[in-house]
Amino acid sequence: MNGTVKATGSMGRERRQAYMLVAPAVAVLMGVALYPILAAIWLSLHRLILVFGERKWLGLENYGFMLGDARFWNALGNTGYFTLVAVSVELLLAVPLALLLNTSFPGRGLLRASVLVPWAIPTVVSAKLWAWLFNPDYGLINRLLPGQDINWLGVPGYALHAAILVDVWKTTPFMALLVLAGLQGISEDIYKAARVDGASRWRSFVSITLPLLKPAILLALLFRTLDAFRVFDAIFVLTEGGPANTTETLSIYAYKTLMRAGNFGYGSMLSVMTFLCVVGLSLVYIRLLGKEGR
Amino acid sequence: MKRPGLWLATVAFLTFFLGPFFWQVLTSVWPDGQLTQPLPTSLTFDNYVSVLWGRPFLQVLVNSLLAASLTTLFCMAVGASAAFALAKLEFRGRNLLLAAALAVSMFPPIATVSPLYLILRATGLRDTLVGLVPPYATFALPLTLWILTSFFRQLPDELYRAARVDGCTPLGAFWRVLLPLAAPGLATTAILVFIFAWNEFLYALTFLSSPEKRTVPVAISLFASEHKEPWGEIAAASVIATLPLVVMTILFQRRIVSGLTAGAVKE
Repeated sequence: MNGTVKATGSMGRERRQAYMLVAPAVAVLMGVALYPILAAIWLSLHRLILVFGERKWLGLENYGFMLGDARFWNALGNTGYFTLVAVSVELLLAVPLALLLNTSFPGRGLLRASVLVPWAIPTVVSAKLWAWLFNPDYGLINRLLPGQDINWLGVPGYALHAAILVDVWKTTPFMALLVLAGLQGISEDIYKAARVDGASRWRSFVSITLPLLKPAILLALLFRTLDAFRVFDAIFVLTEGGPANTTETLSIYAYKTLMRAGNFGYGSMLSVMTFLCVVGLSLVYIRLLGKEGR
Repeated sequence: MKRPGLWLATVAFLTFFLGPFFWQVLTSVWPDGQLTQPLPTSLTFDNYVSVLWGRPFLQVLVNSLLAASLTTLFCMAVGASAAFALAKLEFRGRNLLLAAALAVSMFPPIATVSPLYLILRATGLRDTLVGLVPPYATFALPLTLWILTSFFRQLPDELYRAARVDGCTPLGAFWRVLLPLAAPGLATTAILVFIFAWNEFLYALTFLSSPEKRTVPVAISLFASEHKEPWGEIAAASVIATLPLVVMTILFQRRIVSGLTAGAVKE
């Protein structure tokens, strides 16, 4: 049957129609992603203040200024710390959660539906919800904790960790679902064989589940790392980057430079730097995943 | 109750994931004067009344509905045919296109904000809901492509070949045979794209400036009264904005989970 479709005449036609069918999607992707990225790089080489209509070619001067910009390094550090801690905690919670969701017991349906609740809630709403929990005067957290009331979002050191907690609450379910998909791909027979050989539950988790789960975990880490690195919504709503810029991430610094200061040149440069960091991180993961594939 | 560890873990996860949401629901019916008390002694719907009729929140809900529906329609219209071609036809650059879509979905939105702002301003689409559709396509179209491609791949190749043998063009086979069969996939994709568009914040915050154009996340983030943060009203607005999503998610949980892991894209 294959031959009928792939006869030469129809083959060329098939390919032509394929290009026709994908053309609109390709055009949209170029228009909303490729062109804006190139334009952002172009803008980052200028001094551009919107309200004054001022535009001047600077070359790499913005990038040079960045090297000595303590606020940039602070934002980069905050973003890195946020990403590293949030994603690690999410992984530590997601693996047991996925194992639980993969076990058959009466409460599984309820648990599976419940974990999707934080996922479905808009990030802005989840940040407001947690801001209320963190409220220094009437928040649930201070009500439950003994001792003096703590201003969770107002004290440097606490605020970034509060934001991490919000991210963990919101995105652990997604990571657990990805790990669960990996777990469901592991055949039951391997466990049966291990049990016959006298392996304990823990032993078969460490020697069978984890190694076989590694590709799924790496993929989940890739998605979550890139997603956490561009964090904006939650922190903007919780603290707007304060107190004293201790929660200011790259996205927030770039947003403030663009939309509050109206500095489109330097702001675009910060956006491009965020983009380059994400590209770098994904290259690292792709290498790791590639090694896994071999 | 054979395995206490299992139950303990289940209760712990349920408390962590649902507790904060229930507290928000409780806050929304908590009388304003009693917020200082440990628990309310009576319940009230005042917050809902004042959010819906004292603020332009109904307008805001309509705005979000419009922006999310337009984005969903647009991405399905552009993405369905491409996903079919990616799944069933052979052409050069197929894998490149899928990889590019994945890469685009990983773009930090802040990276494209400044040029998109200038483009929307130049075309007069800044501060319009229609103007949100192209920026939203940056995350919604890749999502559409990935999920729909995996759905089209699950349909047997024989269907496509039989349609071709019967004299359909590839386009005809897509339109008459495969697209109707992909209806469940289209529904899953539409649900996910709608949720992501409904929840989007950065683009809406940047490109909309009139209060009456705001979408739900922007309105809630800027919810404030003159004296103090209106926690009860925020809670009521949050519940109104979230409940449809939560209900939809629980109703369609199987679809959503399969869509999320098939595409394996995004938060």
